[in-house]
Amino acid sequence: MSNATPKAAGHIDRHPSTESGLTLLVMVAIVWLLLTGSLAIQELVAGVLVTLAVTLIAYPRSGILGGVRWSFALPWYILVYLWVFTLALFKSNFDVARRVLTPSLPIRPGIVQVRTNLTSALGRMLLANSITLTPGTLTIDVENDLLTIHWIDCPPDIDLDTATAAIATDFEVALRRFVR
Amino acid sequence: MINILGSLFILVGALFCFLGALGLMRMPDVYNRIQTGTKAVTLGVLFTLLGVGFLHPDWWAKLIAIGGFLLMTNPVGSSVIARALYKAGVQPWRAEGDR
Repeated sequence: MSNATPKAAGHIDRHPSTESGLTLLVMVAIVWLLLTGSLAIQELVAGVLVTLAVTLIAYPRSGILGGVRWSFALPWYILVYLWVFTLALFKSNFDVARRVLTPSLPIRPGIVQVRTNLTSALGRMLLANSITLTPGTLTIDVENDLLTIHWIDCPPDIDLDTATAAIATDFEVALRRFVR
Repeated sequence: MINILGSLFILVGALFCFLGALGLMRMPDVYNRIQTGTKAVTLGVLFTLLGVGFLHPDWWAKLIAIGGFLLMTNPVGSSVIARALYKAGVQPWRAEGDR
């Protein structure tokens, strides 16, 4: 919170850096491990070569992956976020099921805006994805630090801060621990 | 036993996909259809993958990869469709009292 960058409302830096390249490398390595599903030495040697090759080729476009806060607790923070997210996904599905199955179709849709403190493209993408998959909200647009959201049960005359607290805050707290 | 559990998970997944399809039929406008479609079908497919994981335990790593790709790409697709509609000027449906 205290060290939020001043350009929060402005342009997102998408230039590749060592740090975004590292994120790319780790992601490619994880995908390789999952796809081969094996720790045999041949697979690992091939995996190192493939991972390096893919990372080198894709490096110029890796800028959108920048913004991860590296720490030893990173896997733990990601698990916490996944837990928050899974709970919300279940809630959203029972919510949708209830609305769809109720004969009177209890919906009151509206469009609201929400402000985010996340400054990286990756963080905003994750936040927008989370909002789309959770109860009654669909991200329509992300423009700088404002997200436009379609809300299936929108209280009338809601303002930006109330909407932010209701929709985005839970995810943002979980996300800000491992991404800017 | 494991087979029954796996089949049950696949059944639950199919049920959520059905609810998503029902939502597509019942909702009044395109934004609400995208909402029910995205959420219910994502969880439905995840449950199906979980069920397949019980039936074929040696596939778990690939199933996790599929689930990860699904969670990353499915909402992005929905958002992009909704964004295109919004930019094209499609107004969301409103309940009678809110007009």
